[in-house]
Amino acid sequence: MGNFFFGPFVDNEFLRQSLYAGILVSAICAVAGTFVVLRGLAFTGDALAHGVVPGVAAALLFGFSGVLGAAIGAGVMMSGVSVVTRRYRLSGDTAIGLLFVGMLALGVIIQSRSESFAGDLTNILFGEVLGVSNSDLMWQFIALVAVCVVAWLCRRPFLLLSVDDGLTETSGFSVKKYHNIMLAMVALTVVASFQTVGTLLVLGLLIAPAATGALFARRIGIMMVVAAVVGIFSTYVGLLVSYHANVAAGASIVFCSVLVFTACAVVVEVQRWQAHRKDIHHDHDQPHVHGHVHVS
Amino acid sequence: MSARIEATGLAVGYGHRPIVEGLNFSLQPGELLVLIGTNGSGKSTLLKTLAGLVAAQSGDVNVLGAAPGTQHSLVGYLPQHPVSSHTLPLRVEDVVAMGRYAHLGLTRRARGEDHRTVQESMERTGAIAYKSRPLRDLSGGQQQRTHLAQVLARRADVLLLDEPTAGLDLVGRQAVAELVAQERARGVAVVMATHELSDADTADMVMLLAQRVVSQGSPTTALTDAALRECFGFTQPH
Repeated sequence: MGNFFFGPFVDNEFLRQSLYAGILVSAICAVAGTFVVLRGLAFTGDALAHGVVPGVAAALLFGFSGVLGAAIGAGVMMSGVSVVTRRYRLSGDTAIGLLFVGMLALGVIIQSRSESFAGDLTNILFGEVLGVSNSDLMWQFIALVAVCVVAWLCRRPFLLLSVDDGLTETSGFSVKKYHNIMLAMVALTVVASFQTVGTLLVLGLLIAPAATGALFARRIGIMMVVAAVVGIFSTYVGLLVSYHANVAAGASIVFCSVLVFTACAVVVEVQRWQAHRKDIHHDHDQPHVHGHVHVS
Repeated sequence: MSARIEATGLAVGYGHRPIVEGLNFSLQPGELLVLIGTNGSGKSTLLKTLAGLVAAQSGDVNVLGAAPGTQHSLVGYLPQHPVSSHTLPLRVEDVVAMGRYAHLGLTRRARGEDHRTVQESMERTGAIAYKSRPLRDLSGGQQQRTHLAQVLARRADVLLLDEPTAGLDLVGRQAVAELVAQERARGVAVVMATHELSDADTADMVMLLAQRVVSQGSPTTALTDAALRECFGFTQPH
């Protein structure tokens, strides 16, 4: 039985490497994803994830670093969203939607010039979790440290931004400056994660574990820890399912994280329903507490 | 004693459209200015201008001798509808502690004085009774008390309160009136927007707004039947 659960990771170095990468990506996504969920940046996060596609496609076509290409793509996306929103007085989601499809289309156009179009595009969109190298792990570890340092240093303005822009500004923190730093942190997370789970699926690891944390946690730090645990658990189960059922690894990881969220949301709803029933019974048994008058 | 807030020929609004023009007032330490008017009359815009969130369109205004929005740790601002996200996993005491961030800046660690101020602010508003509960689980009135405690925790010299009694019952409204009185006693200048005429009873100055200044002065001189009829279309009973 133990062989079923642990054997694949003991016997296969490539699967072990994938697990290490998944753990690092889960930790990065837990920190950045917490603020994405709290500030309501899911759509922006998704757009940033797709914004890296043309950069990575160009990197593959012209033979430079995919990470560099992704970073350039994310930078262009961030600047574009900022300019379109500010100059043209469009709502944020319209600006993001425009750039989202524009960048994705550009990525597909660039990639269509490649001889291995379908295979490369699949790797960009859905990741290459089973092809993680030591240098990938090192880069992801550096990204994890950078994201943790930024999140710790900016914890106060990030927290204020999660509550109210006006409160942030009147507390002496520039909304524009710290919003952009938060976006840069999310962009770094996307760049560090896309090789493992792909640009289409990275949002799953950004959102689902952090949203699970938000269901239970009463403090931001606890929310991050819950998110990291859910992400790591999903990585392990996803890789195991992928190994035994011969299905796509990145998608299995993300699907597992969404399943964990769904299961936890059901548990929370049942708990609320039970607490509500208890309150009703309590009121019924002790009418005098609220001054109700029973007429029989 | 120098004025906490001074405005001369001030026009406030958004974009190029002024909502209220020709605002002239001066507020000394311990004084209360109450802004009364219909929705869209310019009350909130004036408060946002004093908080530095909206730029003044014309005229002169200074808060504590400087441009609005420059003395963060000395000015407390309670917005009209403080956002209380349903997903925000924050306890009441964490939300109140955010009131100290203007003093703490990016990196300074909270000290004993900061913790004491947060504790005291929760005690004063009654939020201490549910300090460990998540904000998202509280009623509207309890959330309002929490946000009030957050503003008090700043220990500001100027308080800008946008409808602080909204969502509160009679006891809650009386509690807010007491808090305002306590703050004034310690020299804090308070500007408060409200729909409740009774909130103006203890004010030093009342400004009746309807996208212009309908009347201004002490409660008895500003809240005349004629001014109220002009502002609201009818006379409200006191």
